[in-house]
Amino acid sequence: MAGSGLGGKYALIGMAESDVGIVPDKSPRELCVQVTLDAVRDAGLKLSDVDGLITCNAFAEPIMYHAEAVAEYLGWEPRHCVTVNTGGGTTFMALNMAAAAIEAGMADTIVVAMADSLRSFMTREQAMVVQSSSGHPHYEQPYGPTVPAYYGLIARAHMDQYGTTEAQFAEAAVSCRAWASQHPKAQMRDVISVEDVLNSRAIADPLKVLDCSLVSDGGAAVVITRKDRTKDGPNKPITLLGYGEGHAYEHISQAKNLTTSAAVQSGQSAYAEAGLSPDDISLLQLYDCFTPALLIQIEDLGFCAKGEGGDWLASGISRPGGAKPLNTHGGMLSYCHPGNPGAMFGLTEAISQLRGDAGPRQLPGMSTALCHAQGGIMSSHATVILGAED
Amino acid sequence: MAKPTPRPTPTEQPFYDACAQHQLILQHCQGCGHVLFYPRTHCDQCQSEQLVWKEASGQGSIASYTVVRRGVSADFEAPYVIALIDLAEGPRMMSQIIETEPEALAVGLQVSVDFAAWSEDITLPVFRLHPALDANA
Repeated sequence: MAGSGLGGKYALIGMAESDVGIVPDKSPRELCVQVTLDAVRDAGLKLSDVDGLITCNAFAEPIMYHAEAVAEYLGWEPRHCVTVNTGGGTTFMALNMAAAAIEAGMADTIVVAMADSLRSFMTREQAMVVQSSSGHPHYEQPYGPTVPAYYGLIARAHMDQYGTTEAQFAEAAVSCRAWASQHPKAQMRDVISVEDVLNSRAIADPLKVLDCSLVSDGGAAVVITRKDRTKDGPNKPITLLGYGEGHAYEHISQAKNLTTSAAVQSGQSAYAEAGLSPDDISLLQLYDCFTPALLIQIEDLGFCAKGEGGDWLASGISRPGGAKPLNTHGGMLSYCHPGNPGAMFGLTEAISQLRGDAGPRQLPGMSTALCHAQGGIMSSHATVILGAED
Repeated sequence: MAKPTPRPTPTEQPFYDACAQHQLILQHCQGCGHVLFYPRTHCDQCQSEQLVWKEASGQGSIASYTVVRRGVSADFEAPYVIALIDLAEGPRMMSQIIETEPEALAVGLQVSVDFAAWSEDITLPVFRLHPALDANA
């Protein structure tokens, strides 16, 4: 099963992040403009060297033609310009669409840029309502489910089927926070214990507030081009080795399986295209919107047997010093989660670690990274595998 | 914020009309025998348009559940129980389990349908833990 057929031919040559966490001084549009320009500069290019822009819309400042508005703001007329909306999976689906657009001759070099400000440009209730509006308007939303409630349903089913415990879900939050405590930009840096998670405020049983990702502001961007065009840049190009998608349903009440997701198909496609297996991956950047989502991705992407995600997390393997470093920036649980752009920060962290320019946080032996994102309620999945070697 | 309330399409209207009469009805596919939920114009197994409505037993079991401790908006007073119910006829639906203690809930328990007025025009199916469970307790 092949992924996109583009594996090995495209590389990431630039990246940028805005300030993250609570960033009230810039609107989502302004953050998106800033990271677009910063990523182009990081690649050693001028805006006139880049002829494509892919963005996603912002909940806090929706724009009908979002990508065009960002280009216009910069006085830029890219040849290819499009807004992508696949929820939390947008990051990697947009990345693959960028590679496909270059392959098709629609552009030579593309910026993928995303930003949103759920924290500072929306009220708490607005942010909750807009996120829960992913539920079916006739057959889910009328009952009052929240997004944590959807993941609470998944968590309970996993507990019932595999004996997973609330303490094992908590291990995911503890691991991400341990990494965030080492990152000066992370929104939440105080180290936490399993007991802290278990004793935190109940949100939607069995999930507590520390099982839930943050509500943040922030943006990030990357620059992608053909690998044979990367020779003169200032940074080590990071190659897209493999890509895969999986789409099982949209609404959680229509899921045929609550505990195994289409991350299985997504991962298998990406591994096949990259010619790699889970054992070959040195860095994991997974989509930790809620702790059970992270645990299920670990299983479905093949890092442990099905049903053993809880034991895997509790072993400490994902924490600082462990053999499978996971979400080394702190993830959406602790670094930042501005909505649809959330997975961008796993991508920029992976690029940084693979380049070897993560500074005091640099981990040894980083050669391959697997980045995964999912949209909806474990509904649609996208996996990208990156490599540091030329 | 108003409570989200369905605005049925013509395809869906029979389901809500039945709910108003305190009946749960489901579409059965004449092509392949599949029983559907939610209501559709096409069977989600064989894509046939030959769908007929039949009354359901109203019985089901809990596939999963969560107790919402922080309501989605001021219109929903927490705590309340959101559940996925596997209906005896096959399909799964999201609903609320009403008038229960969270401690009494478990995956696999039997539930029976009831109906709750949601707005002036809309009545929705909700579920209760099976009365037989109390009788045996």
